[in-house]
Amino acid sequence: MTQDEALRLEGIRKSFGSFVALGGVDLAIRRGEFVCFLGPSGCGKTTLLRIIAGLEQQTAGRVIQHGRDVSHLPPAARDYGIVFQSYALFPNLTVAQNVAYGLVNRRRRRAEIDARVGELLELVGLPDAGRKYPAQCSGGQQQRIALARALATSPSLLLLDEPLSALDAKVRERLRGEIRSLQRRVGVTTIMVTHDQEEALSMADRVVVMNHGLIEQCGTPAEVYEQPATPFVATFLGRVNILPGRSLGAGRYRVGDVDLELPVDGFAPGTDVRIFVRPEDRHVEGDLAAMPNRLSGRVARIDYLGTVCLAEVGCDALHQPLTVAYSLNQLHDLGVREGGRVDFALRPDRVRVFATG
Amino acid sequence: MTAEAASRPAAAPEARGVILGEWIAARGGLVLLASGLLVFLTLPLAMILMRSFEDRAGAFVGLANFVRYVQTPALAQSTWNTLTFAAIATVVVVPMAFLFAYAIQRTCIPAKGLWRSIALLPILAPSLLAAISFIYLFGNQGLLRGLLPLAGLSSIYGLPGMVLAMAFASFPHAVMILLASLSLADARLYEAADAMGTSALRRFVTVTLPSAKYGLVSAAMVTFTMAVSEFGVPKVIGGNYPVLAIDIYKQVIGQQNFQMGAVVGLVLLVPAVVAFVVDAVVQRRQKALMSARSVPYAPRPARLRDGLMLVYVVLISAYMLVVILMAAYGSVVKFWPYNLSFTFDHYRYGFEEAGVEHAYGNSLVMAALCAVLGAAITFAGAYWVEKTRGADALRPVVRLQAMLPMAVPGMVLGIGYILFFNSPANPLNVLYGTMAILVASTIVHFYSSSHLAAVTALKQLDGEFESVSASLKVPFYRTFGRVTLPVCLPTVIDIARYYFVNAMTTISAVVFLYSPKTTLASISILHMDEAGAIGPAAAMATLIVATSALVTVLSLAAEHFILRRTQAWRRAAAPA
Repeated sequence: MTQDEALRLEGIRKSFGSFVALGGVDLAIRRGEFVCFLGPSGCGKTTLLRIIAGLEQQTAGRVIQHGRDVSHLPPAARDYGIVFQSYALFPNLTVAQNVAYGLVNRRRRRAEIDARVGELLELVGLPDAGRKYPAQCSGGQQQRIALARALATSPSLLLLDEPLSALDAKVRERLRGEIRSLQRRVGVTTIMVTHDQEEALSMADRVVVMNHGLIEQCGTPAEVYEQPATPFVATFLGRVNILPGRSLGAGRYRVGDVDLELPVDGFAPGTDVRIFVRPEDRHVEGDLAAMPNRLSGRVARIDYLGTVCLAEVGCDALHQPLTVAYSLNQLHDLGVREGGRVDFALRPDRVRVFATG
Repeated sequence: MTAEAASRPAAAPEARGVILGEWIAARGGLVLLASGLLVFLTLPLAMILMRSFEDRAGAFVGLANFVRYVQTPALAQSTWNTLTFAAIATVVVVPMAFLFAYAIQRTCIPAKGLWRSIALLPILAPSLLAAISFIYLFGNQGLLRGLLPLAGLSSIYGLPGMVLAMAFASFPHAVMILLASLSLADARLYEAADAMGTSALRRFVTVTLPSAKYGLVSAAMVTFTMAVSEFGVPKVIGGNYPVLAIDIYKQVIGQQNFQMGAVVGLVLLVPAVVAFVVDAVVQRRQKALMSARSVPYAPRPARLRDGLMLVYVVLISAYMLVVILMAAYGSVVKFWPYNLSFTFDHYRYGFEEAGVEHAYGNSLVMAALCAVLGAAITFAGAYWVEKTRGADALRPVVRLQAMLPMAVPGMVLGIGYILFFNSPANPLNVLYGTMAILVASTIVHFYSSSHLAAVTALKQLDGEFESVSASLKVPFYRTFGRVTLPVCLPTVIDIARYYFVNAMTTISAVVFLYSPKTTLASISILHMDEAGAIGPAAAMATLIVATSALVTVLSLAAEHFILRRTQAWRRAAAPA
C-alpha cells in the first residue's frame, strides 16, 4: 500500500442466493483520481459501489480505505459522500438545510455552518438557491445540490451512482463538464457508476469496464477505447465491425478472399480469429493504391448522423458488409452515396484480433 | 476554492457514538415491536388453539371438544347460518358498491364529493346503529312493517334485517376499495377500443371489468370477512338466527365454557383466514396496471347514463342517511311510534340512570389513547420494519404478524385475550379488566390497515434517505424526526383518526374485556338493547356517530391547518 492509494478492493465477491453479482474484483484507486465503473445493467457496478459505501455487505473480500480495513464497518463509520441517481434530497428541508444536513450533526457553530453552506452553493454554482425547496429547483440544480450536500463534510471519497441519468441530454452534457472541473478543483477521489460510455470516456481518469460481475478492463479512456483488452470491451465501447478470419501467421490474416496485414501477431497459422475494426479505422483519402489492406464495395445504406455518417458497404471480397465512417465533409467531397462504389484501406494500427471462442 | 479534501482521520470520534446508537436503536425498535406483537397478538391466538384441546380442568383431551361441537346441532347450524349470511351480504353489497364507485369514477354526475362523503358515513357509526334503525323502521313497532309482506317477509328479525344492516355497515369498506381500483384507468385502452368500433357493453366487459377485477375480489373478501365476524348486528336484529359470533359470546360469557368458546373461535377463524389468503394471493398476481406512459381516463358526459347513475347514487345516499337519521330521530322521540313528541329523555335516562356517562367518558379516553398510541406505534413500527438495517431475520416475522389481525375476527382476538391474560399463571394478568387491555386489543385489532397505510406512505419516500444520512453520519432516528415524520404527517393523522373512530364504534373484541369500571359507550348500547331500552340505545349510538363525525371534522381541519403552517414545501412543487 502506497501513501498515494485512496482505496483498495481485494477479491470482492457478492452473491445473492445462487446469483453471483460480483465474482472477485481487485482494484486500486489513487488519491484524487476520477474513476468510472462502466458496464451494462446487471454487470455489478452499482453493487460494487454500494459495497464500497457499506450499503451492501460483500460475501468475501476486503475494502481498504487509506490503509484502513473498512470491510465490515457500517456506512456511518466510513468516510465518503454519495450522490444517488434520485438525489434523495429531503423534500421538506430547504436547499441550505439539505446541504447543512451533515454539518449540523457535528456540533459546529451556526455561523460556521452558514459560511460552509454558502461556500458549497457557490462551488456548485447555485449561490442564491439556499432558501428554495428542492421541488422548486430543476433536475440539474437538484443534482448539484446533492453534490454540494455530499461534499459538505469534506469526505475523502465521493461516490456518484448514475448521477446524470435522470437528466435531459443537454443538461447532462453540460453537467459532465461541471462535475469534472469541480472534482479537479476539490481534488476529491471520485468513483462514478454509469452505463453511458460517452459519460465515462469524457469524465474519467480511468474507466473500469465491467461485465458479469468481473472487471474486463481497467485503463484510461484512450486505452479502453483504442486498445480494448477483450471482445466485450471492444463491442461495448463504440461501434465495431467483427470480421471472422483465420491466422496465416506473421501478422497476416485471411478474411473471405482478402489477406489483411495487421501489426498483431501471436496466433499460430490456422487459428480461427475475430478481427475487430472500428468504422473510423480506415483511410478514405490519399494515395489508397499505395496502402495495404485495400478494400472496395458498394454503399448499401448511409446512416446520416450529422458530424459523422456511417456507410454500410457491401464488400464482396470480405463476404460481409462493413460499416465505414465518413465525416460529413468527406461524404460530400468523395461523393459517397447509396448505391455508389467506394474504395478505402483499413488502418491497421488500432485493429484488434482475438481468438475465436 | 477552499473546500478541503485533505486526508483526515477516517473515523471521526462522533461517528462512533452514532454507530452504537444506531445499532441499538435499529435492533431495539424491531425487537420491541416483535415482542409487542407476540404478546398482544400471537400468544393470545396460540392460547385459543391450546385451550381447544383441553377440558375444563385443563387436561388434554385431543379432539373431544371438536367432536362435541360437530355433534351439537345448534352449534353446527350456526356455522351454516354464518356462511349463508356472509355470502348473501357479499352478493348484495359488492355489486351495490361497484355501481356506486363506477358512478363516482367513470361518469359525469354532479356533486361527487358529497355522495362520496355520504357513502363513507357508516364508518362513523357502530354497526349496531343500523340494526337499531331497521328495528325502528320494520320491527314489531316499526313504522313501515306493513311493507314487509310485500317483500314476502314475515319479520325483519333474522337474516333479512342482518343483511340490510350489513349493507349499511360494510358498504363504505367495499366502496373505498372499488373507488381506488376504478380511479386509475388507462385512457389509451378506451381509445383503442373506440377506434376499433367496440360496443359500450363489450368495452365494459373487456376493458373496465378486467381492470377492476382485483378490486372486486378484494371488496368481496372484505365484505365476506366483516359479515362472518359481525357480532353487533346479529346480536340486535338476529332474532332466532344464531351465528358463530353469537355462539362464542354465549359460550364464554353465558356458560363460562372457555374450551367450547375456543373451538367456536377456531371455526370462525377458518372462513376469515380463507378470505384473507384468497385476497393475498389475488393481490400478489396484480401487476401495476398503470405504467408511467398511461394516460388517465377522463369520463365524457353521456346524458342518459349520467342521469340514471345520479338517480342510483341518490338512492344509495338516501339509504345511508335514512339509517343514520332514523336512529337519531328515534333517540329524541318520546315513545316510538305512538308518541312522536320531542324529548331528551333517552339521553337523560342513559346518562343519569344507566351509568352511560361513565361509559361515554371511557370511550373517549380509550379512543384518544388508541389514536395517539396507535398512530405512534404503527408508524414507528412500519418505519423500523421498512427503513432500518440489521436484525433482518426479524423483519419477515414482524411483517407477517402485522398482517395477521386482518384475518382475525374481533371476537376471536377477544377470546384469545381472555384465555391469555386472565390466566393466573401469566404475570401480565394485572392488565385484565383495565383500560390498558382495551387499548391494546383495539390497536392490535385495527393494526393491519394502519400498518399498510404507513408502509404505503413510507414507500413513497426516496429509498436512499437513510443511506444518505449514514454517509453524512447522521443517525437514522434523527432523519426519522427531521424528514420522514414531517413528510408523512398527513398519513400519521389519518391513522390516528382511523384508530379513534374504530375505537369509538368497536364492540367485538372489547365485549370480552371490559370491566364494570371500563365499560364503553358501544357496549352500553348492547346492554340497553338487551334491557329493551331501544330509545337510550339509539341515543348512545347517535352520540357515538356525532362524536366520530366531530373528531373527523376537527382532525381534517387540524390537518389542513398544520399542513399550511409547516409544509410550505408541498406547495412549492412546481419549479419556480
